[in-house]
Amino acid sequence: MSAVRTGRSALPPSDPNKRQGLLAGLHIDLPLLIGLLLLYAVGLAVLYSASDGSWVRVEAQMARIGAALTALFVFAQIPPQRLRRWTPWLYLAVIAMLVAVLVFGHVGKGAQRWLDLGIGRFQPAEFAKTTVPMMMAWYFSRHPLPPGWKDLAIATLLVLVPVLLIAKEPDLGTALLVASAGVFVLFLAGVSWKLILGLGAALAAIAPLAWLFLMRDYQKQRVLTFLDPEQDPLGAGYHIIQSKIAIGSGGLWGKGFLNGTQSHLEFLPERTTDFIFAVIGEELGLAGILALMALFLFVILRGLYIATEAQDSYSRLLAGSLSLVLFVYLFVNTGMVTGLLPVVGVPLPFISFGGTSLLTLSAGLGILMSIHTHRKLLPQ
Amino acid sequence: MHQTLKDVRREQRIFTNRALAAAGLVIASLAVVVVRLTWLQVLHHDEFITESRENRLKLLPIAPTRGLIRDRNGVILAHNLPSFSLEIVPERVPDLDDTLARLARILPIGKEDLARFQRQRKHKRRFDSIPIRTRLSEEEVAAFAVNRHRFPGVEIEAKLLREYPYPEETAHVLGYVGRINEAELKAIDPVNYAGTSHIGKTGIEKSWEEVLHGKVGFEQVEVNARGRVVRVLNRQPPVPGKDLTLFLDIELQRIAMQAFGDHNGAAVAIDPNTGGVLAMVSKPGFDANLFVEGISFKDYKALRSSPDKPLFDRAMRGQYPPGSTVKPFIGLGGLETGVIRFDDTKFCPGYYQLPKQSHKYRDWKRWGHGKVDMDKAITESCDVYYYDLAHTLGIDRLHDWLARFGFGQRTGIDLPGERRGILPSREWKRKARKQVWFPGETLIMGIGQGYFLATPLQLASAVGVIATNGLRIEPRIVASVSAGEGAAARETPIVAHAVPVGDPQHWSDIRMAMNHVIEGRHGTARRLRNPDYRLAGKTGTAQVFTVKQDESYDARKVSKKNRDHALFIAFAPLEAPRIAVAVLVENGGHGGSVAAPIAKAIMDYYLLGKRPAAAGKKP
Repeated sequence: MSAVRTGRSALPPSDPNKRQGLLAGLHIDLPLLIGLLLLYAVGLAVLYSASDGSWVRVEAQMARIGAALTALFVFAQIPPQRLRRWTPWLYLAVIAMLVAVLVFGHVGKGAQRWLDLGIGRFQPAEFAKTTVPMMMAWYFSRHPLPPGWKDLAIATLLVLVPVLLIAKEPDLGTALLVASAGVFVLFLAGVSWKLILGLGAALAAIAPLAWLFLMRDYQKQRVLTFLDPEQDPLGAGYHIIQSKIAIGSGGLWGKGFLNGTQSHLEFLPERTTDFIFAVIGEELGLAGILALMALFLFVILRGLYIATEAQDSYSRLLAGSLSLVLFVYLFVNTGMVTGLLPVVGVPLPFISFGGTSLLTLSAGLGILMSIHTHRKLLPQ
Repeated sequence: MHQTLKDVRREQRIFTNRALAAAGLVIASLAVVVVRLTWLQVLHHDEFITESRENRLKLLPIAPTRGLIRDRNGVILAHNLPSFSLEIVPERVPDLDDTLARLARILPIGKEDLARFQRQRKHKRRFDSIPIRTRLSEEEVAAFAVNRHRFPGVEIEAKLLREYPYPEETAHVLGYVGRINEAELKAIDPVNYAGTSHIGKTGIEKSWEEVLHGKVGFEQVEVNARGRVVRVLNRQPPVPGKDLTLFLDIELQRIAMQAFGDHNGAAVAIDPNTGGVLAMVSKPGFDANLFVEGISFKDYKALRSSPDKPLFDRAMRGQYPPGSTVKPFIGLGGLETGVIRFDDTKFCPGYYQLPKQSHKYRDWKRWGHGKVDMDKAITESCDVYYYDLAHTLGIDRLHDWLARFGFGQRTGIDLPGERRGILPSREWKRKARKQVWFPGETLIMGIGQGYFLATPLQLASAVGVIATNGLRIEPRIVASVSAGEGAAARETPIVAHAVPVGDPQHWSDIRMAMNHVIEGRHGTARRLRNPDYRLAGKTGTAQVFTVKQDESYDARKVSKKNRDHALFIAFAPLEAPRIAVAVLVENGGHGGSVAAPIAKAIMDYYLLGKRPAAAGKKP
């Protein structure tokens, strides 16, 4: 934001809140926008390769990117204060939709995740990824920080209700992401380190119970496959084995754009969606991946910077957790594709083919921009 | 209420600290991923590049084209026709039953197809493809092609299928190819047969398998995850199998077959100078094409249970008592061993008795032939003369002499499964029957009965020895081998065994006596006399010993089965023989009237190019 600052110092006495330039007027944060557009571009290029030179998916994705940019722009215009007022209602609406999904939702691939509103199907769980941190930020913004035991309990309840509803669908990946978004808000709100460690210990204790009572067979299978993919190389372990071969065979510089054999000969499953990271690893090598990771890191750190610059605790907590949700996406996806984590259906943000996460994450960046561009700057 | 007030500065400070910690966490976590990536992409790169190569590169064998088989005039007897079949690799099919059910909705798949598929599945190699439908029409190929993506592991295979244009005439000689089974798999070179699905099962196809098969080629291809070939990277073409040219004349073969009329039997015609098999017929034949892609159970049952036994190759596996056709050989033995002279006479009263025995060995002519010399004994086929001659020679000399003509041994023909027949001896009887030899058995051996058994092929080969004055040449079916059209043909070698000739006059006398069988006034085959060429022959009649009553319900058939087998051996032209023939007509009765005309038809066509009068039967 140095450009804005120099602009401000160039015009000392005038209203510092009057933004200069078109982007500032549109409440757009240029560094975030550039980072995002670069990620979109990388995504389209890799998608073109992963779909074997077919434009069909690329065109579909371009349309979704258009919609995502629109959402970003719309959210950037909403002042954080107004968003904050809406927050409880948005939260309740999402809870209602999550309940509705369990009651009326469409079943696909063995899980009940979809809600049909007549204009198209969508997954309400996706909205929870933004609404839950919003709701927690709203709650904490009304109470002094760091939170006391009572606030902590209420906040935990606010996270747990949607997380359990999503886990019941079942959609373990999304439930995990929503829970992590909640945990990040708690963390950023200043929950003591002791408590965080205690929570970690509690989770470790709950894990075996979850294994016994909560998890479905296919979820257990995923974890087992993660622990030992070779035991079933043609079945459950196939994804991760082929993904590791794709990435490993890419080497330092990759096989070259459009030259990945693992992807083009269809050995790599889900190569346009959850496993698109392996296509990048195969065709562009470690060098290409490092460049992509740097791009992501830039966007995440920019988000955290915006959070620290924010002027009220609602904006701060929301901006921080939105940035960290993006990080969780990135980490879980790259971790699962490289075999560090079990396979849970988490896409690579802005890159994987698919609309819902693209839309919510882009809208999240719009909120970040809004937070940053709606600051009330004091005259020096 | 101080605590409930928000301390903005403190909150800001805490948040900044936490945000910094979060940034640290982000960087540390991504560093872990980068370390992992380095492990995969740098440290273990070589292993993964190997695995990725193994994923996509396959070495596919290319089966060589099987050699053609032609007759002596270049007529194709076995060739390869392009054919489309729908094949399944069960290992690549996720749900076989479901796939078969869905396939049946696109293409007609019969019960027989399914039964054959399941049968062949049991005997296949891993990742072998098995046909579910063969000989697809173009419409059927198209119908599957548009649905191909729905059937992983199912492919249309365009391949060359063996076909025999003259199935009935050539089934026994050529044999047929069929799918490689487990037992054969253990015997063949797995590399050379890597792409081959069929192998010679019988006949020439089996004995000449190595030559006909050729050498496998290879293709390095890139495949996708579903095993489909994306592109060819490298190719080493196969060496096609070599073509065979036979001595066999398919027209002669057909004429011989037709000459049998309604009778079953066998005829073998050999060029005695080369051993080349000109015709080799076993009637009835069968359609060998049925076996190529696996015969249906129904067809196979029909062939197996037919009372005519069409699958049985009578020409070289059928063992029959040679009857009176052995008389020229035994007569020659008498002359060459010096126990009798050609003009010596014996008196035939119509029976023969061993000294001090009351049993009468009867002549076929009840009232006897009277005074008989060797010429008359052969011409009129006097049994008593030969009882006496055999008795004089004794079993040992008789056995050793006949062995020179190849009786009791394989002729050495280049076909599989030839039988030896039985040339009895004291030793043979001790081993086979655990009994001593009785003098009476020598007598009936003198007229080609008793334990004595010979194949029609042996008889043709043996009569060739008389024709060539002592040359026993191993019969050969294949004349030459060539590597495709235009390439130089390599002739197969003659393998000859010289039978010692004591006095050439003896051989000439026997040939003349055999000529008198046709040209003599009382010759048993005098109907064969013709103005175009002179021939020599000998008729024979073999008693049928066993009839299993449960084999047939047809009364007429049973009675026919009791009838004698008719035999005739001959060679022509007398002066410089070019063809030696042996004919056996099962249950044909008398040799002169049934078997001899078949031999004549064969010789007429071979020597004169003359087709039989009943040419209306010719297709």
